[in-house]
Amino acid sequence: MALSTTSTIVVIAALVLLFLLAPGSANVRHTFFNPTDMWRSFVGNPKQGYYSVGTAIWLNIRMFVAAEVLILILALVIAVVRMSTGPVMLPLRIVATIYIDVARGVPLILLVYMLGYGLPALDLKAISTQSAAVYGVTALVLSYSAYVSEVYRAGINSVHRSQVAAARSLGLSEWNALRYVILPQAIRNIIPPLLNDFISLQKDTALVSVLGSIEANRAAEIYSSSVFNYSSFVVAAILFLILTIPLARFTDRLIARDRARRLAGASQ
Amino acid sequence: MNENEVLRIEGLRKAFGGTVVLDGINQVVGKNEVVCLIGASGSGKSTLLRCVNLLERIDAGEIYLDGQRITDPGVNHDLVRRHIGIVFQSYNLFPHMTVARNVTLGPVKGLRLPRAEAAAEAEALLGRFGLLDKRDDYPDRLSGGQQQRVAIVRALAMKPRLLLLDEVTSALDPELVAEVLDVIRELASGGMTMVIATHEMGFAREIADRVCFLADGRIVEEAPPAQLFSSPSDERTRRFLRRIVEAGRL
Repeated sequence: MALSTTSTIVVIAALVLLFLLAPGSANVRHTFFNPTDMWRSFVGNPKQGYYSVGTAIWLNIRMFVAAEVLILILALVIAVVRMSTGPVMLPLRIVATIYIDVARGVPLILLVYMLGYGLPALDLKAISTQSAAVYGVTALVLSYSAYVSEVYRAGINSVHRSQVAAARSLGLSEWNALRYVILPQAIRNIIPPLLNDFISLQKDTALVSVLGSIEANRAAEIYSSSVFNYSSFVVAAILFLILTIPLARFTDRLIARDRARRLAGASQ
Repeated sequence: MNENEVLRIEGLRKAFGGTVVLDGINQVVGKNEVVCLIGASGSGKSTLLRCVNLLERIDAGEIYLDGQRITDPGVNHDLVRRHIGIVFQSYNLFPHMTVARNVTLGPVKGLRLPRAEAAAEAEALLGRFGLLDKRDDYPDRLSGGQQQRVAIVRALAMKPRLLLLDEVTSALDPELVAEVLDVIRELASGGMTMVIATHEMGFAREIADRVCFLADGRIVEEAPPAQLFSSPSDERTRRFLRRIVEAGRL
């Protein structure tokens, strides 16, 4: 057996043993890892007053997907505005810079509260009548776009200036040079940090629970307070892991495939 | 304007911060003419080429292409650049595109040529320079010489009226220089109007109709190669050429 396998097994076994031998182990196993409670909270039972964590995670997924699409677009626009050079763009550049400073500086949970309670209070027709999930997604988009726009900016800066010169020398406009030459290379360079932000985003959809949306975290909380058992939180945690780990592996594969393709020269 | 004139530079001045790189350049390049720029590193050869292609903002002076003042603030730079090709020392191919896509990007996005037409023209050009089998390869699979030839083809695909070559062999291993110089020779014999910044004195002597020696931001001396290399009149030219000879480069 390979040394790496042996050492892995030894370490894992030691950790499991430590957990099992701890004085409060039985207690923790009962309140956090109780299979019966885990199953009950997973399927839910509205008659008993608690929701299915397994169903509630769909709201997280929907919020995540909606937020991710909007973030990818908004962040790109902000990055491009912030990196623009023309004097006409100066006011927009200032707005973009202030926005990034503010959105990154305010804790996400405060943004969630402010938008979740503030927008309904405005009493505006279309804006004030949305669901809590919509306000939550808005807060996520505003916060994450600031971070992701900086990731884009770093990616664009990572492409050598000579690529811009080469593209412009072919008569490509500034926009076409960005679109066909700079961004494809920039995005390739920033896939790992982007993924990092999106794993984080998947988890942060749980923050929308403070507005009362029945997403996984909220459903788990309701279960635990009605049954006095925390196994529902472990279920929610496992569900979040099931979402985030494949995303990480998928991106690893994208990167590896791209590398292999470029090294192999390859056919179209 | 002389109807044979392609490029006219008048009183061109360019400074980076407080450093004056070009200090009053005057030059006229006629149709089918090959002009070589020589001079020490940092003498402004590359900057001059980049100014002509409007990649650098100039501080004073005027540049005319086919009689049109391209330094006019109202001129669309993108339109001007479509008529002036430039090939860089470090190739600057687009690493995320195949050779064929590198060559067709300008015609398709700049000239708005239909993709099929651009692809056919690219194939013809790649074939002409022995690169057709590299069509589907990515640049990092190619040797330096091949990459530079692709870069030249990429510039030619725009059917430029003027081609600028910026020390195109300086980044190449010595054994790869010849294949690139062969391409330039072929272009010269085909009548391409070129301005070539180079350290290859033997090549400049062979191919140039006129050689300009740059020093201190000015064209110190210009003459047909036979004259400039054998009996330079300016002391700075003599000193420069002596150093080149001592280095075994001429």
